[in-house]
Amino acid sequence: MIELIYLTVLLPLLGVLFNGLLGPKIKNEKVIGIVGSGTIGLSFVIAVGALFETLALPVNQRVNIVTLFQWIDVAGLDISFSYQVDQLSLVMSLVVTGVGFIIHVYSIGYMHGDKAFWRFFTYLNLFIFAMMNLVLADNFLLLFLGWEGVGLCSYLLIGFWYDRKFEKSTTASAGLKAFVVNRIGDFGFLLGMFLIYSTFGTLVFTDVFSRALSFHVPEHIFTLIAIFLFIGATGKSAQIPLLVWLPDAMAGPTPVSALIHAATMVTAGVYMVARCSIIFASAPTAMMVVAVVGVFTAFFAATIGLVQNDIKKVLAYSTISQLGYMFLALGAGAFSAGIFHVMTHAFFKALLFLGAGSVIHSMHEQQDIRHYGGLKKYMPITYGTFLVAAVAISGIPPLSGFFSKDEILWYSYANLGIVFWLIGVITAILTAFYMFRLYFMTFEGKEKFDHNKQHPHESPKMMTVPLIVLGILSAIGGFIGIPEIFSGEHGNLFHSWLAPVFKSAEIKLMHIGGHTHFEELLLMIISVIAAASAIYYARYIYLKKPSVADKTAAKFKGIYNLLLNKYYLDETYEASVVNPIVKGSESILWKIADNKMIDGTINGVAKLIDNISGTIKKIQNGIAQSYALVMVLGILIALLWIILSYS
Amino acid sequence: MQIPIEYYLILSAFMFTVGIVGVLTRRNAIVVFMSIELMLNSANLTFITFSSFLGDAAGQLFVFFVMAVAAAEAAVGLAIIIAIFRNKLTVNIDEINILKW
Repeated sequence: MIELIYLTVLLPLLGVLFNGLLGPKIKNEKVIGIVGSGTIGLSFVIAVGALFETLALPVNQRVNIVTLFQWIDVAGLDISFSYQVDQLSLVMSLVVTGVGFIIHVYSIGYMHGDKAFWRFFTYLNLFIFAMMNLVLADNFLLLFLGWEGVGLCSYLLIGFWYDRKFEKSTTASAGLKAFVVNRIGDFGFLLGMFLIYSTFGTLVFTDVFSRALSFHVPEHIFTLIAIFLFIGATGKSAQIPLLVWLPDAMAGPTPVSALIHAATMVTAGVYMVARCSIIFASAPTAMMVVAVVGVFTAFFAATIGLVQNDIKKVLAYSTISQLGYMFLALGAGAFSAGIFHVMTHAFFKALLFLGAGSVIHSMHEQQDIRHYGGLKKYMPITYGTFLVAAVAISGIPPLSGFFSKDEILWYSYANLGIVFWLIGVITAILTAFYMFRLYFMTFEGKEKFDHNKQHPHESPKMMTVPLIVLGILSAIGGFIGIPEIFSGEHGNLFHSWLAPVFKSAEIKLMHIGGHTHFEELLLMIISVIAAASAIYYARYIYLKKPSVADKTAAKFKGIYNLLLNKYYLDETYEASVVNPIVKGSESILWKIADNKMIDGTINGVAKLIDNISGTIKKIQNGIAQSYALVMVLGILIALLWIILSYS
Repeated sequence: MQIPIEYYLILSAFMFTVGIVGVLTRRNAIVVFMSIELMLNSANLTFITFSSFLGDAAGQLFVFFVMAVAAAEAAVGLAIIIAIFRNKLTVNIDEINILKW
């Protein structure tokens, strides 16, 4: 199955062609839905096959490269459409196709009756195609192709309902914002790629990484490459300072938010950093930057999430916060812990989004949690699965979130220090709090919606079955990564599976052990108790004494408004970056450079030629005899010349 | 008695000048056309003169070529003039300046 891995990329492309070209004519939702999700399902089956085949191989032969064809061969730059099937890319492909398949099936129910049903599935399949290129690529350029492709699909899907209003403007401008912010990150990624090529003379992963170990490259070059690549990752994965696009990306349909803006695309940055682990491990400064950016993003996004009232906004900030955790793990040198969190987060965050979609669906597009309440008895399946996901993300054992989050917290304590751990735990408390605030305000308590207008009901099977599947995964997904203090040496299956990929990076980092199991256990208990008490506190505030929340908000009005307005980050960017560019473009680039200089030059040249030819054209007066006269005179002069030169 | 060669050449030059003046000054396209024929014939006269005086038949041969070309040119030229007349109802070449910018 390994050599068939290219089918996992090509099948979604076939889906794109089928739905994109024939979809508008077929109009049959069943056919479109089956083709759209069937191709992804088949990809998943192939990826699973490749996983088992790789598992059967000895550890040192688990990196296989499948070459499709040569793409670019020019002046020493040799780029192929090659797919690298190894432990890391297999994990990512399984998450992308697996969660992708579930969300495709869910979308058949969610998008039922939409006038552009076929377009939705075309874009979703295109996204999977691009994402698979990203995770399977064996060189930076092919990765970049997928990187840009997922950005395009993100743009297309955010603006999917282009005729709808979103907040102050339209969904189209939200898509544009996502695209432009991503481009800023991509610029950094490109610079990093150029620097890699000029340093190592190749863009193929295996060559770059082996040369990174053997070449004598000064550390500041590594730092520069790592920082550039990380700028790309902050754009794609919505980290400080490029996080502003993700909340606006919620303008898209909810399955899109689940698939692209929570489970897969936004983790591309994490994947890329993990893939380049050797480069990052060779640049301690860059590792520190990654960790600091990660932990601060996790913390700040979580604080914003505390006060948002839009169900999808809360989840969006939660996503940013969890991505921050992943970068914290990478910065701490715990690459496999970061990837582990990518996986578990894909399960429970996709579930949360799909559950939110189910709620929004039954509440007629109402997204404000202040107008929910008591939905438990109307939507039992959505309620149950949402609760599982909320417990999982809060890090309560034995659900999946506990294992991955705790591993990250432990490594941030062991490798970075207690400050990082402390911020991480505070973030975990905030996470548990806002998640259960969301849960209690939606599913429990008094019914705060208008019974005459809204009749909440459980969603169709097409939507609830994916919820149940994801619920099971969120609950048990963590058991493949049980910490070694419980499972013994090499008991952490996930860790030992990925270990060969990160081996050379971890040797380079050389973290000194020196920490006891007792410490690990203690920290684990502290964080679990903290999260549990946060849940209890959320229950107390939002179920028992709703007035406490209002009073607190009134008491700390300044902080409350600061958080509600997302630290005025949008406004700051608007004032410091967007407006100067817009104004500068208008008054200098447009009115002076373009209108006066460029247009002036071109119009001036045209005018000059017009004037000259206006004078000269009078010779062409249209009277044939004047031409004849000139000719005769010319002949006479020529004759005269000849005669005179003879004498 | 032999007529001196100068006489022929002077006559030829005179005819040529009349032709040039006709082409340059007359407004009627037919007359301009006739003037061109006059110039061609003056050239023919020169050819024949030299041919006769030098005892070389090549000049006579050339005249036949010139006459053949002149006939063809007259046919095409007159056809053009008729076509223009049908369009513009005039053969006055001052007024035929439709190709001017």
